[in-house]
Amino acid sequence: MLVGRYQQPMLRLARSMVPNQEVAEEAVQDTWMGVVRGIEQFEGRSSFKTWLFRILTNRTRTAGSREHHHAALESLHAVDPARFDAQGQWTDPLDRWAEETDDRLEAAIWAPILKSALDDLPPRQRQVVILRDVEGLSNDEVCNVLGVSSGNQRILLHRGRSRLREILEAELEKG
Amino acid sequence: MLSLRRKDIVCQQAVELVTDYLEGTLSRHDRRRFEAHLRACPNCTAYLEQIKMTIDLTGEVEPDDLSPEARADLTKLYRRWRSG
Repeated sequence: MLVGRYQQPMLRLARSMVPNQEVAEEAVQDTWMGVVRGIEQFEGRSSFKTWLFRILTNRTRTAGSREHHHAALESLHAVDPARFDAQGQWTDPLDRWAEETDDRLEAAIWAPILKSALDDLPPRQRQVVILRDVEGLSNDEVCNVLGVSSGNQRILLHRGRSRLREILEAELEKG
Repeated sequence: MLSLRRKDIVCQQAVELVTDYLEGTLSRHDRRRFEAHLRACPNCTAYLEQIKMTIDLTGEVEPDDLSPEARADLTKLYRRWRSG
């Protein structure tokens, strides 16, 4: 009842403070959990709504800075800039994976490596890559499920796939 | 040796265009520049191939093979989406 009345306004407020829907939803969820568990005590000094929304803005701010911190740690480059010379050209030639023997690119061998590589991706990248490339969802479907724009989805997909390639490359070099 | 005209893209830029290229979202102009770069550059051609192979290999991972955390996350996403 209470949740029904305030859920949408809370979501809108949270969403206006952070760059994506998921973080907003988590902050709203967190707020309710705090209220339900009695961590936050309503003392009647303000209206219930004011009190509730103050908790929400605090939770959203915390969630937003966590997300921001995470984003800052993510590489903005598909490929380590050290691999290019001053003109932006590859310093060392790249291997043609297609020329590797079938054995070395046998899917079964790579599944466990990819599985752990996926776990190491930042959460949003992992979600996009899993939905697109493991689950086989379309671009539009992924945007719907995650509530992200198509452009945002492509950026996450780009970073995620680039990182997986990097990990496979490192594994192949180990031989 | 590749002669660098102003409108040419270099390898470091090409690798950043790969996903947009595969998604079909590059403008016609950028797609032409990207493809022209690939024709002249065996390394970026190999890079694109590696990315495609990465996608194929990821596609071979069964959803059931994902870690319990990744699967739980996925279930949560789907659930939220259906109820939203």
